[in-house]
Order: sequence, then C-alpha cells, then structure tokens
Amino acid sequence: MTNPSIEIVSLTKSYGSFTAVSDLNLKIEGTKCVGFLGPNGAGKTTTLKMLTDLIRPSSGHAFINGENVHTQKRGALASVGTLIETPEFYPALTTREALYMIADIRGIPQIERKKRVEDAVAQVRMEEWIDKKVGKFSKGMKQRINIASSLLSDPTILLLDEPSTGLDPRGMSEVREIVKSLKTKRRLIFMSSHILSEVAEVCDEVAMLDHGKLLVYDTLSNVTSRFSGDQNVVEVELARPIDTAIVGRTITSLAGVVSVDRIDDRNLRIKFAGGSDIRERILSDLVRLDIGVVSYKPTASALEDTYLKLITATL
Amino acid sequence: MSEQEAKSANIVPGSMVQAGMITRYTLLDYFRSRRFAILFVLVLLISALLTVVFAWKRPPEALLNPLAFYSTWWGTSATLVVALAGIFFGGDAISSEFQNRTGYSVLPNPIRRSSVYVGKFVAALIAASIILVIFAAITVVNELYYFGPNVPVEFWESALFAWVYLLAVLGFTFFLSSAFKSGSYSILVSAVFLLFGFALIEMIIQDLVGIEPWFILSYGSGIVGNVLQVWCPSLLSASYCVIGLPHVTTTATTIGRQVITVTSYNAGNAEGLVIMVAYLVVTGILGLVLFERKEFN
Repeated sequence: MTNPSIEIVSLTKSYGSFTAVSDLNLKIEGTKCVGFLGPNGAGKTTTLKMLTDLIRPSSGHAFINGENVHTQKRGALASVGTLIETPEFYPALTTREALYMIADIRGIPQIERKKRVEDAVAQVRMEEWIDKKVGKFSKGMKQRINIASSLLSDPTILLLDEPSTGLDPRGMSEVREIVKSLKTKRRLIFMSSHILSEVAEVCDEVAMLDHGKLLVYDTLSNVTSRFSGDQNVVEVELARPIDTAIVGRTITSLAGVVSVDRIDDRNLRIKFAGGSDIRERILSDLVRLDIGVVSYKPTASALEDTYLKLITATL
Repeated sequence: MSEQEAKSANIVPGSMVQAGMITRYTLLDYFRSRRFAILFVLVLLISALLTVVFAWKRPPEALLNPLAFYSTWWGTSATLVVALAGIFFGGDAISSEFQNRTGYSVLPNPIRRSSVYVGKFVAALIAASIILVIFAAITVVNELYYFGPNVPVEFWESALFAWVYLLAVLGFTFFLSSAFKSGSYSILVSAVFLLFGFALIEMIIQDLVGIEPWFILSYGSGIVGNVLQVWCPSLLSASYCVIGLPHVTTTATTIGRQVITVTSYNAGNAEGLVIMVAYLVVTGILGLVLFERKEFN
C-alpha cells in the first residue's frame, strides 16, 4: 500500500479584502496523526473545507494521494473519511439508514454494509440508537454518528474538524481512543482541535496556523522544544508509589532532566531540555531504574506554552 | 490483494448510480417527514372542497358534459396543485443542504454535486407526481360518478401538460433553491412567483402593454386549462364551436360611450409545451451551475 498523503500547494482563500488562508504550503505523508492548531478564525476549517471541495480556493491546489481535490474529487476522496463542521443527516432517517446512505455512496459492498455500519455504530457506542431517527438526537449523539460515518469505509486518511465538539468527557475520551486505534491501523489522520491536551496525547506532529499563515509544522517534541524555552515536560505514571528520596537523588540527576515535580506518590512531571532523543534516553533510564513506569507522555503544558508563544507573536 | 480483500474493496459507484441513491434516501426522508403528509392533506382538502361544492351546487355549466366538468374542476385547480407540489418539494431542495447542514454529511464524499442535484430533482419529481396522480384520480372518480366511464381524450392531454408544467416548476424552484442559502427565502420567492407573480406579470404584459407574454411560465401552463375549453366564435351557432382557445381573442367592451378592445393571447399546445420545456432546461441548468459554484462558508 502506498503511503497516504495530503499535499497543499500555495493554497489561498480570500473573501474580498479578507484573506482566510494565505499561500499555505504543507505536505503530510505517511501514517501518523497530525494536529492542526490555531485560534478561532485562523483558517483551519477553511483549509479542511478546501481539502474536501466544500469551498474552492482563490488560488493554489490541494492533493490527496496525488489526486487534485477539485478536478478529481471522486478519486481524491475515495479513501478519505471526513468530519467537517457539524454535519447533519436527513432528520427522518434512522442512524442505520443515514449510514447506509453514506455506505452506498462510497461503494461499500452490499454484503458488508450491515456489518460495517453496526461495527462503526458500536465503536461510537450508539448501538441502542441505531434504529432511531437522527432528527431526535442531541448534538453529542449526532457528532458520534458523524464520527461513525467518517470511519465507515475504513479510510486510509481521516480529515477531522474538532471531532470532540459537543461530546461529553466520556465521548472525548472515546474519540481519543478511536484516533489512537486508527494510528495502529496505518492511517493518516489530520485533525484540527482546540483541545491541546488531546493533540498532545494522540498526535505525532503539529501544524500551527494563524491569520491564514502556517507558523510551524514539525513533530510535537521538536515544536515544543523549539518554542517552549527549549524545555519539554513529560508526565510519568508509575505502577507503585515512589520514594521522595529516589525522586530527588536519582531521577533529577538523569542526563537532560531540568527538574522533577511529584504530582502524587505515583505520578511525576519531569521537565527536560532537548528533543525527542533526550526524551527517549530519559525513558530508557527510568525503565532501567525499575521504578514501574506504566505511562510516559508529553504534557499539554509544553504545547500550550508553545501555542501561546506563537499565537501571541502574531497578534 | 486476496479474493476476500477484493470482494471487500470499496468501489465508488458511477455518478448516475449515486444519483439514484440520493433519490432513494431523499424520497424516504420525504415520506417519513411531515412534508409529504401535509401536501397530501392539502390536496385532499382541495378535492373535498370541490366534491362538496359540486355535489351541493350542481353547477349546470360544469355538469353539461364531461369536458365541461374537467374544464371546471381540473382546468382551474391542476396548476395550483402543481405549483404547491413544486414549492413543497423543490422550494428548499438545495438551500436546505446549506441551511440544515446536510450538505456537510453528503458532499465531502466521492460524489459529484451534479449527482446530488439530479438525485434530489428526481425525488422531488416522483413525490410531486404522486400528489398530482392522487388529485387526478379523485377528479376522475368524481367525473365517473356524474357521467359514468366517459373520460375525454382532452383530459389525458391536459394531464400530460400538467406533468410537463410540474417539470418546469421543479426546474424553476430548484434554480431559486440554488440561488439562496436560506430555505425560507427560496420557498417564499418560489411561492410568490408561482402562486401569483407570474400571473400578475402576464396580465400586465398582455392587457396593459398588449404583447404576447411568451416568456412567462404561467402563459405556457395555460394550455393545461385551454385544451379543455370549448370556444365558440359565434354564440348564434354551436356548430362552429371548437375545443381549445384560439391563439388571439379580441373582446370589445363598451364603457359609457367608449368601446375598449382587449386582446388576449392563449398559447397553443405546441407553444405552451416549448415554453415549459424551455423553463425546465434553462432554469434546471442554471440551478445546477449555481449549486456547483456555491460554497459552504
């Protein structure tokens, strides 16, 4: 299977004198999750709409898997699952019928349609609503159906516009788990979000947009190390309580570690200087200490620092 | 790819097949929602009113013969039923995709906008045709009651003309629906034009300006009723009566000492059909072009 790819070439969208997206160039390929960040009005949704032919660019091109989205739409979107804005289905259709419609449009074989729809609905935990009319659903329930719709055709690329919108905390957690599971299935996920902790948890790379211009596109750790005062933070969860002495003596003295904060007796926040190589080395050292590391992840605070620094700089 | 994988691979259907899918699910939405039911009830009410009035008043000019019956019953109300059906099913067909955000679920898929447009048009045509057939059936049942099995061929001609008018109305409403992003505006403007706007413009052009209003849709749809009318050039001799109104009629009216001559135009069958088909083609294509270019801002 060839690598999935999204390529944006000199993409610009203007509305009269207002430029929503300005000369955007971005190439994403491979199987990963890329977080698309930016403040309200930055141009994120406009970009995603141009990637799905919902709006036409003023200039430039967008390609998905090498096919031009605007001139070869059917080919470009054949293997793409999308969730743009807050879609609605025809209100008198049931969940099953609404998803059957999408399945039919996408050419999912009839023999598989029922199972795929039921699996997608189960994945978003809407099984008991599968034969109820979507017009009666709450915003959060509709969003779950929209997520199911984007997963239906088992796409190689997912374009998600703030997928957690309208969801309760459980729903947001389930979206994160779905995105993580898709990463293991070799998918390319391009996801816009305002929830930095969500992006920090699930995404490998980050592209930041403001006033229609791309500020940065790089791996999460490189972005945070570059802009967050060359300091990154990881949160470590342990299987068993850790002694304060070990924290102060041993962990603080590891190469690259700037400081260690004890959140509680099983959770630490380690600030370090450097990029992904240092992060990897610290993890190896912690494992060698046999302190029972069960989780090791970058925190949103580093990403938040980076975000606020970059966005403030463009005001 | 294994055989199993090949069987499971998604193959995006052709555009016409996708249009058929849109038709199917749009029809399902129509029949489940109150839209079809409300129009169905409206048509039943119109039919019930006519039934009661005819049964109670027994208008002699309408019960002269089957042709007179159809001219009075069908000829005066069929175009109203068609206009209502066009407004109900076409008025917000495209604008609703924007206003109700259903376009965000359908269009970011490997489907052309033209497939959605054609699919929804066919769904509107099927639903509206069902309404028209129901009204026609009630009309015929009433005629059978009064005259027995004696349906004149002119009624079938008129029914066909009414169906062509339905096509033209849907083309027009789809065009307006593509022009607006608000369903309310597109329905309102459709209703204004179809229920009295066209007729008013036709009257002004014909009666006040004195030219043939060949470019007005209601002039073309006049053949629905005209084909059922009997026109006698001289009241003195019924043998000179013909079915269908002449192209030009001149009426002299005396007001005080002044004689005012009013010239009226009536579209011939071929002319009326050409006008309606032209509306279908021109507005239908314009509507599609607008929808293709419209953005989901």
